[in-house]
Amino acid sequence: MAEPLLRMSGITKAFAGVPALRDASLTILPGEVHALVGQNGAGKSTLIKILTGVYRRDGGEVLWQGRPVDLRSPRDAQGVGIATIYQELTLVPQRTVTENIVLGYEPRKPWGAIDWRAADARAREVLSRFGIELDLHRPLGSYPTAIQQLVAIGRAASMDTRLLIMDEPTSSLDEREVETLFGVIRALKDRGTSILYVSHFLDELFQVCDGVTIMRDGRTVGETRIADTTKLDLIAGMLGRDPDEIRAAGRTQLSTDQTSTGPVFLEAKGLSSDRRLRKLDLEVRAGEIVGLAGLLGSGRTEAARAVFGLDKVTGGTLRVGGREVRINTPRDAIDAGIAFLTEDRKVEGIIPDLSVRENLTLALLPRLSRMGIVDEARERQIVDGFIKALGIRTADMDQPIRELSGGNQQKVLLGRWLALEPKLLILDEPTRGVDVGAKLEIQSIIAKHVEQGCAVLLISSEFEELIEGAHNIVVLQDGRSVRRLNNPGVTEASLIHAIAEPPDDPHMEAAE
Amino acid sequence: MTAQPLDLNLRRYMRPLGGGTHLTVWVALALLILFGAWRYDNFLSAYNISSFLQYNSMFVLISVGMCLVIMTGGIDLSVGAVAALSSVVAALLSARGLVVALPAGVLTGLVAGAINAGLIVGLRLPPFMATLATMLAARGTSLVVSDRQAVSVDWTSDFTGLGMNKIGPILPWTIVVAAAVVLVAWYILERTSLGRTVLAVGGNAEAAHLMGLKTSRALVFVYLFSGACAGLAGVFLASGYGAGQPLEGQGWELAAIASVVVGGTLLTGGMGSVPATVAGALLFGLVFNLLNFENGLGVISLSAYWQSVIRGAFLLIVILLQVRLARPAASKA
Repeated sequence: MAEPLLRMSGITKAFAGVPALRDASLTILPGEVHALVGQNGAGKSTLIKILTGVYRRDGGEVLWQGRPVDLRSPRDAQGVGIATIYQELTLVPQRTVTENIVLGYEPRKPWGAIDWRAADARAREVLSRFGIELDLHRPLGSYPTAIQQLVAIGRAASMDTRLLIMDEPTSSLDEREVETLFGVIRALKDRGTSILYVSHFLDELFQVCDGVTIMRDGRTVGETRIADTTKLDLIAGMLGRDPDEIRAAGRTQLSTDQTSTGPVFLEAKGLSSDRRLRKLDLEVRAGEIVGLAGLLGSGRTEAARAVFGLDKVTGGTLRVGGREVRINTPRDAIDAGIAFLTEDRKVEGIIPDLSVRENLTLALLPRLSRMGIVDEARERQIVDGFIKALGIRTADMDQPIRELSGGNQQKVLLGRWLALEPKLLILDEPTRGVDVGAKLEIQSIIAKHVEQGCAVLLISSEFEELIEGAHNIVVLQDGRSVRRLNNPGVTEASLIHAIAEPPDDPHMEAAE
Repeated sequence: MTAQPLDLNLRRYMRPLGGGTHLTVWVALALLILFGAWRYDNFLSAYNISSFLQYNSMFVLISVGMCLVIMTGGIDLSVGAVAALSSVVAALLSARGLVVALPAGVLTGLVAGAINAGLIVGLRLPPFMATLATMLAARGTSLVVSDRQAVSVDWTSDFTGLGMNKIGPILPWTIVVAAAVVLVAWYILERTSLGRTVLAVGGNAEAAHLMGLKTSRALVFVYLFSGACAGLAGVFLASGYGAGQPLEGQGWELAAIASVVVGGTLLTGGMGSVPATVAGALLFGLVFNLLNFENGLGVISLSAYWQSVIRGAFLLIVILLQVRLARPAASKA
């Protein structure tokens, strides 16, 4: 075997005493496309940031071409030939294609001025290696994201890069653009450049990668040739499960009895949106919790956004309470009795400077006010009721919400939607980032409302939460609903199996 | 960490005054008044108080309008030019009396506000650009309509009564009207769903949209309100000084922004206080007033230009104080 380009071993790193990496290793061969996989929080980005000189390691060894190195800054990393293409592009969209490619490394004339003729020539040469032809004098921002990304890769490739790190390179590309990107990756590989490929889309790895490193809880737990592994093995490794157990679970026939008896409230047939939702079939009955399961990027949040009128629906039908509806805005969805507790509390949820009271009643305001004037006595009464019912720990209802803990903020937001007495409550990761006590409280609040006839669509990355909480679980892969599992009877292993196996697996129930 | 248990009970009652971070401006205002009363003989005279209030009622008005706009995360640069245009319009119509000239001035402001709202909400232009364009257009229009001259009002009609008459020895009518507008703005912000929406849009536009709030309506409202305030300020100007003044109002928008900021409202939106903004406007007026008295003592003599420098320094001091005071609270979150 050739000497590795990079060998990182026994890497440790802690932030404020909390270990992020416990024992991470990574070996990349020259001219290899190497995948790095793991769940959120497994330590992938920390490891990459150590490699690119953003963080300093606490312990362990980094060998670059067989020699120990200490990369203290991104500049050091670039110096030895490590370049990174970030998820968010870091080029200058207002400047031209040429300027972006040569930025910081412009060819000069003898008296110091930039030699634009030489710069254009270099840019043209870089791009032609990948078979792309662009107008070099157009602003980069006038090209689609995919092209901008290729220019970024071209820029990196032009700078004597030995190792190119790509963080989720396909997350904003369509299928055709992904093919072009793979072509570029193969061209780079043929020239001897190594690539570290980080992606949540596991199917892609089997198309372009040679080797794969699996991380879990800050450790490297597996390292193998991609040809010797399967998607199921990868997922089992990422989650720390026994692959054989999962395979066995897949063969157990699950019950398919319809356990819930309430009328169907929400019915989606072949629903697709302009944002990675391709074909969603879904039925949620009153008094029922339906879970949405799938890997990151499988379209769980996108399903919720389409139903709530946040993304544009491009195909399929949506029926609410038996009637076909068009939901174009959140307002339409709310009027139809749908509420949506979003995943990102900070960005999409709280209004930080408003009080607990104001945050809780914002969505309810139209019903709380007469001629636009808020009935504050009734408002205080309602808020008081929710603070008691949800166990919100706040000094008083006029405290700004930003001063509350994450769990209590989440309860306020839950209260905001419950106050509307919704018929369908969509919950996207409702217990993420809240402590265990608050988590149990939130789950029991939800259960109580379900008993009273509320329908719930529950999105969660935690299998336990889905298995214990949901009556049915719809499994999504690549923007499509592929199966429906009925509880009781779902086990963690069978759920993982359903998430990992290709949709045409004969052992499993089809979605329809 | 500040004394948590103490501010719990106070929070609800302090909120109408603007709460914690807005407190600086009230303290500064009180200190300046005490200083003035102690140092200058005629500072608390009926004449000084009434002329101070009469002059500053215009700034109170445009500052309050600006405050609502800034709470949504926007800005309105057109207020000064709109006030000038409105003063010309009102002066031209002054012969028909207050009942015509006053509504005409306010309507002028409303039209400018509607243009701002249309550009910002309809065409999605950045507020800075949209209101800058309106500012230039309004200034140009006022020069064209007035033929570059101050437009004298009709002294025989009741028009000048608004700007010059008083209730009793101290209270000018203008400050009474301005106070009414302040109360309306404060009520809308504190008690109506429209007011909540204004704060929600500025605090987290994404969340406000997700909740199905009528965000466009809130934006249209604040620009209309700001326009109307500027229009009314223009009527005060013409009525109080006897002429429509096409070149007046330059830099008023910046004075208004300064008042809002000194009142503790964040330029990023989402929070703020109407009363603290009023205090901010009065504070700036007071600095000016005190300097006039100081000059009157004959010890020093500062030109109007120096007074502007001192006002700028004062703005910096108050804001630095606020940043210092706000920091512990912010780091807690």
